[in-house]
Amino acid sequence: MHPAIQGLMTIAFGVGGCVGYFYFSNLLVDKVIFPAKGEHIARNIRRANIVRPWLFLAPALLALGLYLAYPVVETLRLSLTQRVPGGGYEYVGLDNYRQMAGEGKFWEALQNNFLWLLVVPAASTAFGLLAAQLTDRISWGNIAKSLIFMPMAISFVGAAVIWKLVYDARPPGTEQIGVLNAIYIFFGGDDPQAWLTIPFWNSFFLMAVLVWIQTGFAMVILSAALRGIPEETVEAAIVDGAGPFQIFFRIKVPQIIGTIVVVWTTITIVVLKVFDIVFAMTNGQWETQVLANYMFDKLFRANDWGVGSASAMVIMLLVMPILVWNVYNARREMR
Amino acid sequence: MSGVNLEGIVKAYGPIQVVHGIDLEVKEKEFVVLVGPSGCGKSTTLRMIAGLEEISDGALTIDGRMVNRVAPKDRDVAMVFQNYALYPHLNVADNIAFGLRIRKESKEHIAESVEEVGNILGLTPYLERRPADLSGGQRQRVAMGRAIVRRPKVFLFDEPLSNLDAKLRTQMRAEIKRLHKRLGATSIYVTHDQIEAMTLADRIVVMSDGRIEQIGSPMELFLNPANTFVAGFLGSPPMNMFDATITAGEQGPVAEFDGQRIQLQKLESLANSEGRKVKLGIRPEFVSVADQDAPNLVKLDVDLIETLGSEALIHAHLMGDPFVIRTNTVGQMNILNGISGFTIEPHLIKVFDAETGQALPGQVLEQ
Repeated sequence: MHPAIQGLMTIAFGVGGCVGYFYFSNLLVDKVIFPAKGEHIARNIRRANIVRPWLFLAPALLALGLYLAYPVVETLRLSLTQRVPGGGYEYVGLDNYRQMAGEGKFWEALQNNFLWLLVVPAASTAFGLLAAQLTDRISWGNIAKSLIFMPMAISFVGAAVIWKLVYDARPPGTEQIGVLNAIYIFFGGDDPQAWLTIPFWNSFFLMAVLVWIQTGFAMVILSAALRGIPEETVEAAIVDGAGPFQIFFRIKVPQIIGTIVVVWTTITIVVLKVFDIVFAMTNGQWETQVLANYMFDKLFRANDWGVGSASAMVIMLLVMPILVWNVYNARREMR
Repeated sequence: MSGVNLEGIVKAYGPIQVVHGIDLEVKEKEFVVLVGPSGCGKSTTLRMIAGLEEISDGALTIDGRMVNRVAPKDRDVAMVFQNYALYPHLNVADNIAFGLRIRKESKEHIAESVEEVGNILGLTPYLERRPADLSGGQRQRVAMGRAIVRRPKVFLFDEPLSNLDAKLRTQMRAEIKRLHKRLGATSIYVTHDQIEAMTLADRIVVMSDGRIEQIGSPMELFLNPANTFVAGFLGSPPMNMFDATITAGEQGPVAEFDGQRIQLQKLESLANSEGRKVKLGIRPEFVSVADQDAPNLVKLDVDLIETLGSEALIHAHLMGDPFVIRTNTVGQMNILNGISGFTIEPHLIKVFDAETGQALPGQVLEQ
C-alpha cells in the first residue's frame, strides 16, 4: 500500500477512534449504565456526572502513566541494579551512585550545569525584558520582535550547527568564515582561536546559543505582560515625576514580577535538561560536559544502564523543586 | 500667582485637529470645571496641561512660566485619574509617598506628609493595605492623597468620580469641594456630568467639538446660556426648545408656532423682525402649570405625569417634540390632574437665532 494512504488511514483511525471512544463511552454511561430515567433518575444523573470526567481523562492518564510515570519507576529500578553477564539484573544498592560520584566527569558536568543555571535563565530573561521594553513603542518593533523570536523555531541541533559556524576557526592566514574569529582578527587579534576548545570560557560560548534561543521566548511572554500594565499607572508616575528608568524599574517591573519569575523558572528547567547543544558542538569535550550529555554517554555509548539511570535520577531530582515552584507561580499568575 | 493660562491651545493628530485653539485663564485658587459631551476635547486639554500630551500650537503658562516644552514633573501639577491609576504593587502609604520619594525628599518629611494626608482623607487605618484590598471610594481617596501630598501648584482631575456608584459620587463630590476649600489650590476638573460641574465649579467651561462654547459661573450659564448647545447641556431635565416665528403684537414681539402665540420680552434685537425664525428655550422649572381657562395659555399634549413627592415631572409634547415641565406638587395636585398647558412670564423665555443657535443679545436674567 502507498505510504501516503497508510498515513491517511492512520490519521482516520486515530482521530476516528478518539471521537468514537468519547462518543460511545459517554453514550454507554448515559443510556445503559446510569440511564436518566426510572425511579433512581436523580441518583443516576449524579453518578454519571461523577464518572464522566474520569471517563474522558482515562486515555490521557493511561498515556501519561505509560510514557511518563512508568519510565520514572523503571529508571529508579535500573539505577539500583546492574546487568549480570549472560542476562538478567541484580540489585546493587547505591553502587551506581557511588561509582558516579567517583568520576571527575560527573562533577564537571554538575559544576557546568550549575554555571548554565546561573547564567542562561538570567541572561535570557534580562535580554527578553530589554527587547520587550525597547520594541514596545517603535513602529518597526514588531519586525524586530519577529527577528528576535525566530530562533525559537530552530531546533537546538540546528542552532548548534549555526553557532559552530560562528565559532569556526580556519588556519592562520586564510580567510576566516567564523564571524567571531573574523571580528577578532579585524580588531587586531593575532591568530584565529579555536573558541570551543578554550576551557571554562567555551561553556559560555555554548550558553550563548541557548540564550539566543530563549530570549525570544522570554521577550514574547514579557512583552504581553508589559502591555497588560495599565497605561494610567505609567502616566501617574510621569506626573509624579518619575523618569524613564524609574518608571521601568519601580512601576513596570514590579507589576510583572510574577511573569518574570515564571519565565525565569521555565527557562531554568530547559537549562537543566540541556543536551543537544553540548552534544552537537563539543560532545562534552574540553570541560564542557553537562548532566544530560553525561547521561547519554553512559546510557548509549558505554551501555552502562546503571550509572546512566543514576545520573538521570540526579537530573530529575534537580528539576523537581524548580518545576513545583514554576507550576505554583504559573497558577498564581493565572488567577 | 499660581494660575494657569491657555492661549490658543491647539491639539492635532497629524492632519486631524481635535482641539481648535482654546483660550482660558484659570486664576489662582480657582476651581474650574471643563464640561462637555465625550469627544469634545476636554480630557485632551487637561492632558496637555499635565504634559501627557504634546501641545501642537499655542502657549500654556503655569504660574507665569511658559511650560509648553517643560516635562510633566517640572510643571508642578498633580493629576487624579479616572481609574485611580494606583500602583498595585505598593501599599497605600507607599502610593502616597511615591512622588516624594522620586523627588528625594527626606525620610522624616515623607513620613510626616503621608501621615498628614492620611488624616485629612481618613486613610490612616488603611495605610498598610494594597489598592486591591480597598473599596472604590477608598481608592479614589488614595488617588487624591497622592495628588495633594506634593502640594502642587495645580490640581488636575480627569473624571475622577465616574467609576463610583451614584451615592458614593455625591459623597466624594462634597469631599472634593471641602478639600478645595481647605487647601485652596488651583484646580482644573474635567467631567461630562453637568451636575458635578454645577456643584463644584467656581467657573464652568462648556466645550464641544474642540471649542469653548461658553465660560461663566454655574448660575450665569444656567440663566444666560450663550447658545442652544449650552442651554441644552446644563440643567436637568434640559431646557425645552422649539421653533417659532416672530410677529408683531400689541405689547412687543410675539412668537407664533403651531397656531399658538406666546408673548416675548421687548428686545432691541427683535425690533422690526417679523417673520424671523427663532428657537425658543424654556426651562422646565420656569413655567406655571395651568388648566383650561388661564389667559395666555400654551397648550400641550400631556402624556405622563411623574410625581416624585415634593415635585412632579410632566412629560408632554409640543409640535411632536418632547416638552418637560418640573413643578411643585404641594397645593397644585388639582391643577396638575387637569393640566392642559402652561403660562410663562415673557422675560423667562430665551430666544435663540434659529440658524446660528446663538442667544439674541440683550437677554439677561439676574441671579
